[in-house]
Amino acid sequence: MRKILPILFLLSKFAAAQTAPDIEKKLADLDKAVKSAQSAGDNAWMLMSAALVLMMTGPGLALFYAGLVRRKNVLGTMMHSFILMAVVTVLWAVIGYSMTFGDWNSFVGGGQYAFLHGVGAAPNPDYAPTIPQQTFMVYQLMFAIITPALISGAFAERMKFSAMLLFTILWALIVYFPMAHMVWGKGGLLNASLGGKIPTFDFAGGTVVHITSGISALICALYLGRRKGYRMDPMRPHSLVLSTVGACLLWVGWFGFNAGSALAASSLATSAFVATHFGAATAALAWMAAEWMDTGKPSVLGAISGAVAGLVAITPASGFVKPFPAMLIGVAAGVACYFMVSRVKHALGYDDSLDAFGVHGIGGTLGALLTGIFATKEVNDVLNGKALGWVDGNAGQVLNQLAGCLIAWTLAAAATWAILKVCDTVIGVRVDAQDEIEGLDLSMHGEEGYNFEA
Amino acid sequence: MKKIEAIIQPHKLEEVKEALKGIGIDGMTILEVRGHGRQKGHKEIYRGMEYQVDLLPKIKLEVVVPATRADEVIHTLITAARTGKLGDGKIFVFDVAEAIRIRNDDRGEAAL
Repeated sequence: MRKILPILFLLSKFAAAQTAPDIEKKLADLDKAVKSAQSAGDNAWMLMSAALVLMMTGPGLALFYAGLVRRKNVLGTMMHSFILMAVVTVLWAVIGYSMTFGDWNSFVGGGQYAFLHGVGAAPNPDYAPTIPQQTFMVYQLMFAIITPALISGAFAERMKFSAMLLFTILWALIVYFPMAHMVWGKGGLLNASLGGKIPTFDFAGGTVVHITSGISALICALYLGRRKGYRMDPMRPHSLVLSTVGACLLWVGWFGFNAGSALAASSLATSAFVATHFGAATAALAWMAAEWMDTGKPSVLGAISGAVAGLVAITPASGFVKPFPAMLIGVAAGVACYFMVSRVKHALGYDDSLDAFGVHGIGGTLGALLTGIFATKEVNDVLNGKALGWVDGNAGQVLNQLAGCLIAWTLAAAATWAILKVCDTVIGVRVDAQDEIEGLDLSMHGEEGYNFEA
Repeated sequence: MKKIEAIIQPHKLEEVKEALKGIGIDGMTILEVRGHGRQKGHKEIYRGMEYQVDLLPKIKLEVVVPATRADEVIHTLITAARTGKLGDGKIFVFDVAEAIRIRNDDRGEAAL
């Protein structure tokens, strides 16, 4: 025994000496494999989400809006959404992504990612540490596409196509990229988790997407004036079938919009998915109920508009609230937006053709404020244990949310007015009276949507 | 020859067609039209905007028959198209100067 022990000791020493680097290497390999597995899962979900968000613009929004206009403007209206899928994409590659997610000041990003310089397979640890920055970039692009497309609901049936293109480019540069930087960019003024001075919670773009587009829509409606024959000629939606299909695609696409904003295939994504769905459901019911009591009939247009209003309102809250608060937010949005578009709009007399302001401006603002009430660290501990919203005991958050809304309202309103002035001077924003009567399909695009005799 | 124009409820078209076939009237022209008489339209509401829709979809059916058969055809039309409610439509009868079959130049009642 005495002789064997030292030999065993030596042997064990020898074995340890042999395997220690092996184990380290194995651990490192394992670590790498785990990271790569997580990245694969997250990347799959984020690419899927990017595609879902693009689906919201075309076909979702394109169909939703197209059904609401008269037959003679169906193509022009779809073109507003469709062409932005191309225009904003180019703009995003050239400077948009950099202005939004580059470093510079608290209002706008710098030029470090111009022409997508340095945006490749390596993750950007500030924003999404587990997916290629290129995935993050293309996902965020889809948001930049749908936001100006939402505005087109306000100037539908009467804006010159060329003016609409110029307007959109300027609007993205002056309103969207800076606003998105303020809320989501590192060091942005309103960024809660990355060092903003006024921390606000906007999970998936209530302020960035819906308030900016909604307020800009109102300004567009006021600037362009009413459609010819407004309140005199019949302007019934030409196909609520198209609108219903569009609304359903929006609902499904919104899972990419909200749950994708978790930027990972995580339990937070699940939570946002659930909140989104529940908010949409109660909003559809709330709008339907309000209308049923008000007019005596539950319309299909009402139900689908309610769902969209709920999806808008739940957007900023989706990653911060539990399912039941999400349902409450949906109810509030359904009722508020119903009265906005069916009463207040008519009382004030402006012609927001497809209610981009009534649904996105009002629903977005309501959602942003209610996020301040219902956001809880139990869902998303974004401030490392500190209270988020009123339900956590931080009532002051509602004021921060209000400040965020006011900044978005002011920037969107002032910039939109100025941009419209420029476009009006350079090109003229409104089509000729004759072109408007003929319809934008023929006068702008030289086509018709429905050639039944062909 | 008489041309009989009947403006009827769209959902009555099949019944009317069958009834006319039943008395041997095979040829007819159908037009989808819109109009209104004493039947008032209905109200539609889209996001709080009310529209009075008073031009309602109707079917206009045209047949040209020998004058001697006009009363029989009119009677058949009335029986098949009537529901007894406002909006059942109207029948107008015209004299026809000439009928010509394009294929072989048949004239008059032979062309019907």
